[in-house]
Amino acid sequence: MTKAYGQVVANDAIDLTVGRNSIHAILGENGAGKSTLMKLIYGVESPDAGEVLWDGQPVTLSSPAEARRLGIGMVFQHFSLFETLSVVENISLIVPGKKADLAARIRALGQDFGLDVDPFADVHSLSVGERQRVEIIRCLMTEPKLLILDEPTSVLPPQAVGLLFDTLRRLRDRGVSILFISHKLDEIQSLCDHATILRGGRVTGNVDPRQHDAHDLARMMIGRDMPPPLHADPLPVGDIRLELSALDHQPDDPFALGLSGVNLRLHAGEILGIAGISGNGQGELARLISGETRLSPARRDDIRLMGRGVAHLDPAARRALGFAFVPEERLGRGAVPEMSLADNSLLTAHPLGLLKRGLIDRRAEATFTAACIRDFDVRTSGPEAEAGALSGGNLQKFIMGREILLKPQVLFVAQPTWGVDIGAATAIRQRLVQMRNEGVAVLVISEELEELFEICDRIQVLHKGHLSPSLDARTTKAEEIGRWMIGAAGVPA
Amino acid sequence: MSGLSFILAGMLAAATPFLLAALGELVVERAGVLNLGIEGIMALGAVLAFIVVYHGGGHVAAFGLAALSGVVLALVFGWLALGLRANQVAVGLAVGILGQGLSSLIGNSYESLTITGIPKLALPGLSALPVVGGLFVQDAVVWLTLAATAAIWAMFRFSRLGLILRAVGENPHAARAIGYPVIRLRLWAVMFGGAMSGLAGAYAATVYTPLWADGMIAGRGWIALALVVFGTWLTGRIFFGALLFGAVSLASLVAQTENWAVPSQLLSALPYIVTIVVLGIITSNKRLLKVNGVASLGEPFGP
Ligand SMILES: Nc1ncnc2c1ncn2[C@@H]1O[C@H](COP(=O)(O)OP(=O)(O)OP(=O)(O)O)[C@@H](O)[C@H]1O
Ligand SMILES: [Mg+2]
Repeated sequence: MTKAYGQVVANDAIDLTVGRNSIHAILGENGAGKSTLMKLIYGVESPDAGEVLWDGQPVTLSSPAEARRLGIGMVFQHFSLFETLSVVENISLIVPGKKADLAARIRALGQDFGLDVDPFADVHSLSVGERQRVEIIRCLMTEPKLLILDEPTSVLPPQAVGLLFDTLRRLRDRGVSILFISHKLDEIQSLCDHATILRGGRVTGNVDPRQHDAHDLARMMIGRDMPPPLHADPLPVGDIRLELSALDHQPDDPFALGLSGVNLRLHAGEILGIAGISGNGQGELARLISGETRLSPARRDDIRLMGRGVAHLDPAARRALGFAFVPEERLGRGAVPEMSLADNSLLTAHPLGLLKRGLIDRRAEATFTAACIRDFDVRTSGPEAEAGALSGGNLQKFIMGREILLKPQVLFVAQPTWGVDIGAATAIRQRLVQMRNEGVAVLVISEELEELFEICDRIQVLHKGHLSPSLDARTTKAEEIGRWMIGAAGVPA
Repeated sequence: MSGLSFILAGMLAAATPFLLAALGELVVERAGVLNLGIEGIMALGAVLAFIVVYHGGGHVAAFGLAALSGVVLALVFGWLALGLRANQVAVGLAVGILGQGLSSLIGNSYESLTITGIPKLALPGLSALPVVGGLFVQDAVVWLTLAATAAIWAMFRFSRLGLILRAVGENPHAARAIGYPVIRLRLWAVMFGGAMSGLAGAYAATVYTPLWADGMIAGRGWIALALVVFGTWLTGRIFFGALLFGAVSLASLVAQTENWAVPSQLLSALPYIVTIVVLGIITSNKRLLKVNGVASLGEPFGP
């Protein structure tokens, strides 16, 4: 199969054979062409060249409806849900049936596979993790023979990943073939029996992932050796940069979870991690800290930044104090998909001399963007590329880079490496540790415990809007964090 | 007849042109397309319908031709805005001007001629009630428009088609990814909207005020557009807004005939002011706007 977008050959004469009863991994760096290949198979995009054989018969996959008729189902990387519709309405768009029956099936599937979700909730009130559950359920309800999952685990909590894998294995045993994309090599090794490796739009290997260690696989993917992880050595910490004291907040949205009694202290020269399963108040906490949700001036001291009460200030005022923020949603919050990367730089980096007497300095804008693209290894055609056309991981690298180049005093990152390939993820984590070593206060929200253990000095766990006390990342065991994550802790074992 | 019963008897008919056009535009906008050409489409429908009735073709044929002309103008809009992905605002304005120009040209020799409207049908029993009785004596188009309002409300509320249109309007990319033919669906919606605007024009020129005068649509198309937005894309609110507008226009007529000590200019402006204020208050609920707004409205979409 071959598919080019303008100058970029996303897929270059790719051969892929998926067997029955097989869980087949597609591995590759950000921008290697994995999602493109999947879209060709699901009929979303049509190939420039190549053919598809289904059960040995040549078929043309001209539309997703066609693909679904053959028995192909897909869970998208960038969610294809409709925010103003409820879960069951979203599902009824591709699964025929009455709403009440569908709702019952959604509940039953949720129970079976540990993918709990309220069928009547509106999608806009769901967290990213919950939305993914909806996508997976929607797909399972079409009873596919070939199931395509594009980075399904990137935002699932560890327990749910285990359950999902059980589900996938059960489906495989019933004869469903599965195409599985993930950047987490350990997942691929535990789940998949076959792996096709892509680099720059070409196949560079077909292997059994259980026969190779993660190191080998990573090398095949990125074409060179992996840098070793940089652990954060304990350092004396500096002054308090960000402080939340006994913060209570009930959001306007009746569906969203409120926060109660949140205490948090972030010092210069440390990385504090917020662990927890998404949907436990992370979204609201992020909005409160970033300034998207503001409190009344009377409560200004509920959030203190650089020693000042800022709870009533807007995001721009907080940024002016040396605060930088990378939100969880890249498209729409972190970047404007329709705008070029250069214009996206301008959104937050304008104080770095990108404006001249109130007018945009195009040359400075392009220079800054080019530097960001180079320093953070963003694979794209250049500063004029539309943000929406970048692969998920590359856009994340770009946004991280833009915020880091602001040289903030406090850097707040939600899900720093969600969907980022391991080479780039390692680089981003190293960058965070390096910033901490330079005295920046770094706050990270992540669902990936391993990531938090790798880079954090301290970890606090968010569960149902309550934030646990601070736990030392070097001495606390993963099981204890896990207990806090499901609300079973408070009493250390 | 007292002022109140005059208003009650006339407000449904006064609201009908707005309602027809706004219902059409509601479907168009729900699918994510902004067609600003309503005013001109109404004008063309109005003049064609008038001419058919004037030459004895009858009202059914008149409304049919008006709807057809609306579809044709809508197709011009759809071809440019959806097919060629031109800017929807610009194309909508251009198509509107085209419709208006054509209507002046075609209607030139019919200026100030009059025709007879259509008879009113009374609901037996209810129409004999004191004061409110007039509410139940309406022409067939009013009754059909009320039925269409209910049908469109039910479509968005209960039917799969309504769900699909909303999905296409909210996120055309996702709709395409799960296999809906976005452009084709939008084109159907635009054609429906054109037909409804044509009918609205026909009603204005052959039933409500059965005469032809150049420019007789007089901004009704723009009011219909405003009703859709202020009605937060909800059928019930658009109906309420159209009714309010109709009632207040009649009330200002009553006030003028009864010689109230209010400047007549203010009275003529009253319907616009009241509608904007009332619907503006309704629209101030941000959450409602977020939930009911059409996310991709007016954005060009292409694979
Ligand atoms: N709609 C599009 N328009 C232009 N270029 C595109 C488009 N979609 C993808 N590309 C380009 O094609 C290449 C492959 O992208 P693809 O999304 O398949 O990568 P991927 O392997 O899925 O990456 P990731 O791991 O980050 O999701 C990238 O260079 C990307 O920028
Ligand atoms: Mg991808």
